[in-house]
Amino acid sequence: MPDRVTVVSPPDAGPVGGLPSPTGPRGKRARRHPLRARLRRDWQLLLMTVPAIGLLLLFHYVPLLGNVIAFQDYSPYVGIKESPWVGLSNFQWLMLDASFWDATLNTLTITAFQLVFYFPIPIMLAILLDSVVRPRLRLFIQGIVYMPHFFSWVLVVTLFQQMFGGAGLLAQILRDHGWSGIDIMTNPDTFIVLVTAESVWKDAGWGTIIFLAALAAINPNLYEAAAVDGASRWRRMWHITLPGLRPVFVLLLILRLGDALNVGFEQFFLQRDAVGRDAAEVLDTFVYWRTLLTGEWSYGAAAGLVKGVTGLILILIANKVAHRFGEQGIYKRS
Amino acid sequence: MTMPVWAERPTRAGASVKGLVLALIVAGVLFPIYMVVLTSLSTQEAVSAAGGLVTVPGELSLAAYRELFAGGVVTRSIGVSLGVTVVGTSLSLTVTVLAAYGLSRPGSLLHRPLLFLVLLTFLFGPGMIPSYLLVSSLGLIDTYWALILPTAVTAFNLVVMRAFFMNIPDEVTDSARIDGASEFRILWRIVLPMSKGVTAVIGLFYAVGYWNAFFNATLYLNDSSKWPLQVVLRQFVLQGQSMFVGQTGETAIGGQVMPPSLAIQMAIVSLALIPVLVIYPFVQKHFTKGVIIGAVKG
Repeated sequence: MPDRVTVVSPPDAGPVGGLPSPTGPRGKRARRHPLRARLRRDWQLLLMTVPAIGLLLLFHYVPLLGNVIAFQDYSPYVGIKESPWVGLSNFQWLMLDASFWDATLNTLTITAFQLVFYFPIPIMLAILLDSVVRPRLRLFIQGIVYMPHFFSWVLVVTLFQQMFGGAGLLAQILRDHGWSGIDIMTNPDTFIVLVTAESVWKDAGWGTIIFLAALAAINPNLYEAAAVDGASRWRRMWHITLPGLRPVFVLLLILRLGDALNVGFEQFFLQRDAVGRDAAEVLDTFVYWRTLLTGEWSYGAAAGLVKGVTGLILILIANKVAHRFGEQGIYKRS
Repeated sequence: MTMPVWAERPTRAGASVKGLVLALIVAGVLFPIYMVVLTSLSTQEAVSAAGGLVTVPGELSLAAYRELFAGGVVTRSIGVSLGVTVVGTSLSLTVTVLAAYGLSRPGSLLHRPLLFLVLLTFLFGPGMIPSYLLVSSLGLIDTYWALILPTAVTAFNLVVMRAFFMNIPDEVTDSARIDGASEFRILWRIVLPMSKGVTAVIGLFYAVGYWNAFFNATLYLNDSSKWPLQVVLRQFVLQGQSMFVGQTGETAIGGQVMPPSLAIQMAIVSLALIPVLVIYPFVQKHFTKGVIIGAVKG
């Protein structure tokens, strides 16, 4: 089990920020108490965790077991117990399925494209925001750029459609000037640019948060010393700001690579029909369309399992690499 | 604010380029929203005069909203979305606060295995197909609980909240404990009042999640009369499907099919947008360091 994988805050690193440990009499010494005494002391705390743990067990761990249907020829009419076992044949079919590989290729292409054209934007935006000196103005701009993160994908895609779709503002303006209208929303050739633009609009602002925190942690004396030594604005950025951001950058980059099979589901689900499968089918949409529309439950579960297990391995590798770079392992949900 | 000596004033060209870029970014976020809301508030004549989406305010009217709120699909879907959001957020927040507090004391009984159970959910999602089969075998298909229970606890939110609780020094709660107060009482009377900011932010995360939930609804609800607003938005705006006259509340030509007018479509978009716009500023101030950053950085 991946006991070194640390999730956001290290499980047993104690309090964040170096405050005194809240363990007190409940710290390590507590372990010497017999079980009964600990139960008498902690039963209320245990009781508090019951609803959440119950929900996670039921809706997270039970379905995890449900993945066994990937090894069956599952039929909803007879259920998991009665469905025949077929070994790995679903996986064999999957490996021979050209549309599965197309979806995989699309997913990886989009990930690679977004690494180049999405990933650097929050950093640049964070440096730009950080350079806004007036606090009120800065807070205002931050408030604006964080906002689209809280819009649904349906809303974001709809807004893009209204701007760039066949009946959208851009086409409207073009037609007013005698050109023919264009419909960016249905063009498979530019789809990858479109989805990246949507992601930038929605999440690049929110993505600055972690870089702004890293920028705030840079010791201002460094800037002062560099300025005294005659370093220009750009040289200070190159030699102080960017190295200060390096640890966060490396970490997020590695984690994004570990998350390479996830490009977001709803965004593609919503636009798949408009641009067609060739451009917009990614692994998650493949699972959905293959199963829920054709009733091939076991086949879809097998595809989902392959994606899940590959993703898990990638994340564990990414985390190992992060440790190699001397970074603390984090898993951040996208 | 005094400028540090080393931060010399930027050149005029540099400052104006920076200002221009920032203005463009802000406009890029706000303009589509402005255009959609303005179109939803325009009369049919103003929409026709603009040749579609309205960018310069013309004649304004609330007709689109009056029509949508006269009863019908959209009114009902707003009710569904609001109900799911309110019930779901209350449930999620309660369950998350309780568990975050219950797991905030290392060394307590079963602390490590339970925490591990929570953290492990980060690494491996349950998968779409098995989740569907579970929800279906629990008999939750076509019920609103299918939109709430599967996503009721998010490990991320739980961990953020727990990190915050762990930062509260023990001395604060010790005296109450010596006085014999129960843990529930300590949580309610001492810890929660100290954690208003983080509770507001986590509440916003959950609420936005429920309000925006779209795919769960398409997956688990076959009955279109139960659809939440996001699904209706997709159906009638993104896919431009025709509404039966009467579905919008209009009763003039019974049974005749026609696509909703642009103003009505944009009013549906605005209705999906506005609750986020309204709540967001109140919570935004808590995003500042300490809450999210402290937790995200770990």
